[in-house]
Amino acid sequence: MEFFKIKRDIPFMSYGKYTTTISLVTFLLAVFFLATKGLNFGVDFTGGTVIEVHYAQPADIAKVRERMAATGLPDALVQNFGSSQDVLIQVPLKQNIAGAKLSEQVMESLRAQDATVEMRRVEFVGPQVGKDLIENGAMALLLVSLGIVGYLWLRFEWKFGLAAIIANLHDVVIILGFFAFFQWEFSLSVLAAVLAVLGYSVNESVVVFDRIRENFRSMRKAEVAEIIDNAITRTMSRTIITHGSTQMMVGAMLLMGGETLHYFAMALTIGILFSIYSSVLVASPLLMMFGVSREDFIKPEPTEAEEVLP
Amino acid sequence: MNRYPLWKYLLILAVLLAGLIYTLPNFYGESPAVQVQPLRASLKADEALQARIEGILKDAGLHPEVVALDGNSVKARFAGTDEQLKAKDVLVAQLGDDYMAALNLLSRSPQWLTDLHALPMYLGLDLRGGVHFLLQVDMKAALDKALEAATGDIRSALREQNLAYAGVTRDGNDLVVRFRDADARAKGEAEIKQRFADYALVDKDEGGEFLLRATLKPEAERRIQDSAIQQNLLTLRNRVNELGVAEPVIQQQGADRVVVQLPGVQDTARAKDILGRTATLEVRMVDEEHQAVPGAAAPFGTDMFKDREGRMLLVKKQVILTGERINDAQPGFDNRTNEAAVHINLDSVGARKFKEATRENVGKRMAIILFEKGRGEVVTAPVIREEIGGGRVQISGQMNTVEAQDTALLLRAGALAAPMEIVEERTVGPSLGAENITRGFDSTKIGFMMIAVFMVAYYLMFGTISVLALGANLLLLVALLSMLQATLTLPGMAGIALTLGMAIDANVLINERIREELRNGVTPQAAIHAGYDRAWGTILDSNVTTLIAGVALFMFGSGPIKGFAVVLCLGILTSMFSAILVSRALVNIIYGRKARLNKVAIG
Repeated sequence: MEFFKIKRDIPFMSYGKYTTTISLVTFLLAVFFLATKGLNFGVDFTGGTVIEVHYAQPADIAKVRERMAATGLPDALVQNFGSSQDVLIQVPLKQNIAGAKLSEQVMESLRAQDATVEMRRVEFVGPQVGKDLIENGAMALLLVSLGIVGYLWLRFEWKFGLAAIIANLHDVVIILGFFAFFQWEFSLSVLAAVLAVLGYSVNESVVVFDRIRENFRSMRKAEVAEIIDNAITRTMSRTIITHGSTQMMVGAMLLMGGETLHYFAMALTIGILFSIYSSVLVASPLLMMFGVSREDFIKPEPTEAEEVLP
Repeated sequence: MNRYPLWKYLLILAVLLAGLIYTLPNFYGESPAVQVQPLRASLKADEALQARIEGILKDAGLHPEVVALDGNSVKARFAGTDEQLKAKDVLVAQLGDDYMAALNLLSRSPQWLTDLHALPMYLGLDLRGGVHFLLQVDMKAALDKALEAATGDIRSALREQNLAYAGVTRDGNDLVVRFRDADARAKGEAEIKQRFADYALVDKDEGGEFLLRATLKPEAERRIQDSAIQQNLLTLRNRVNELGVAEPVIQQQGADRVVVQLPGVQDTARAKDILGRTATLEVRMVDEEHQAVPGAAAPFGTDMFKDREGRMLLVKKQVILTGERINDAQPGFDNRTNEAAVHINLDSVGARKFKEATRENVGKRMAIILFEKGRGEVVTAPVIREEIGGGRVQISGQMNTVEAQDTALLLRAGALAAPMEIVEERTVGPSLGAENITRGFDSTKIGFMMIAVFMVAYYLMFGTISVLALGANLLLLVALLSMLQATLTLPGMAGIALTLGMAIDANVLINERIREELRNGVTPQAAIHAGYDRAWGTILDSNVTTLIAGVALFMFGSGPIKGFAVVLCLGILTSMFSAILVSRALVNIIYGRKARLNKVAIG
């Protein structure tokens, strides 16, 4: 079986203008939503309390809300979570109630109403911890970016490192844009997924870059654009199949992993889809723009010729 | 061309075999068990304790599957939870307060695996259920306390030397001593310099007053903070023991935070209660006029307390000192007799009171009592040999070094350390934990199967080889996680699935490369060779970049995210091995031996 039997190289580079425009538009849209709607930060980052409870029968959300108001938490967010029997209660940080005590008060109050209620999960995060997590997340993002640029610089050339990281940060911004647009909860595990995507989707650019380097050596007569087109065309089959395979795993997580892994898998899915696009149609045109040339890899050798002459 | 020397096959085989052995314990599952652990440093878990436990269980008509010594605890495994609960009750009743009996789960894997240190993966709280607390130690309070104590100490030091001073006040993190003239200041400075090495001194004249500004040196500040957190860690360990949790984790995180993880604990209210409890310490005189009669009421004006050996002691109700007056307690040695001793450091008020009390009671015994949850226990009851001034107290005689450590710890636990506050709590119920395991496992299984079907259909023989290599990768990853006993969390399980999904990339790269070479008209053997050869650099590059992300996540991530990062990093390493070496070995075995190979099944 073979999906991709491409006889001639696809002239990707000649579409450069269009693809750059498309990515610029999606990128700006993502930035726009991030700026106007903002991310819906989860309790990990904002601080507060999340309580997940399970009832033996379908839960009566209105009654739970009533109990919360009676406990002195009228601003608690009560909603179904996954199934009709599961309820998620979110309470923002409060100054007057000691955060750690809150979960007990809530459980006590709910038990008084219905003894079958079962505590599934409690998460309380204090304000300082949330701040630290945001700082650490930003540090991790910065470190990963610098590390990748550094490594690609070492292995290829600075132009490659820069092109790859711009392409991949473009993916990250688009993932964040999706989360802002749909107001999906941005939790610690989503952050982990975003960073994993950064590491993973660079693979994509690396594979294409590797081919470009090889082509510079083997295709001596070709133009730069031809070399890049050839590299992309030759690796396209691998790109689709690899991402397809990874997506099978991520898809299984998305559908079967439960609520906890849902947004983690969602971030990965968006990341995988856009990294296919960006590595081919963002990183490579950028590379052209930075003026990659044969001389970046093959040193001119005039001195040798002189020495050989008697 | 496509042949490996024999040693390479053997190496790969050996690695896979080791992987299999260390993965095995995960398949046996776990049985309910009771874990018994001595609570006092002087008691050891040994064969004698094991025999005693076996005896107790036998007398109670219980039949444990195994009773084994494991580190500093004895574990007894049972067939069902009924027996387990009964056994715990019996053991708690028979062993008394000196031992902790906790419910636990023990792997059912056979003894020979346990002897090889092959253990099942260590599940995180989100998979097994339990409580995670992050406690913040109030460092400002610790410093405040030290500065407050120093203020008083400087006053009494100057007074003792009859040096005239106009006052000692606190100014932020500095202490300001005021003198009337430069001469007094010079003398005072010399005295303070000698006694308070932790402070840097600066002269300053202001508004006709001669000031001496004492600033806590940075290294002293660090030491105070460090000992505050160490003290809190010790106190927490003691209290967690009381909760009867089998494998608690109590660790420092960063400069001023402590992580407490209590697997299997559901009653968070009680856990918080015990962790947040403040112990108090009181020093009182022992009542020597009456005899302590167990069971009888204590005579008027006295209280009856047990000491650490379980003996009853009558103690007067009047309190000489409370724990707040104790600055520090450290185990050490008597410098005359070289016996083990506990050195106690009192603050100035405490020193004065202690001096008075010891002057009036030479030859009598005093008791130091630790109160926790309203129950008092006599930590130590030494005889007063002489009047003790200066606030430096030494308790020695009839104790070994371990007991001295124990006593110092208890004294410190009573002396109020810097207060702590819970800044993060994550509780996962047992049902959710079990569900998380199923979900993580199922998604990995389904994902793996889909990839397997696709790879075999698309690349035929080479696809089959890739799937086998991927299986080897999973085996090695699970083995590595079991071997390192790294904590497996739900994001960690997601990490396993993700690394598998990513690992197939290496094989796809190789297979595509071989196809391409074949299309270019190269012979199959040469194509295989070139495919592996050329793909290698690309595989390395792409894995290193993912590894960079993994390492950064590990450095900056916390809790469950760290679990994900560990799996990601380990998964990359195992996938390099399996995708390149294992799959190549299989290819070599299948195709490498044929001299004339006209066709390979790569689809």
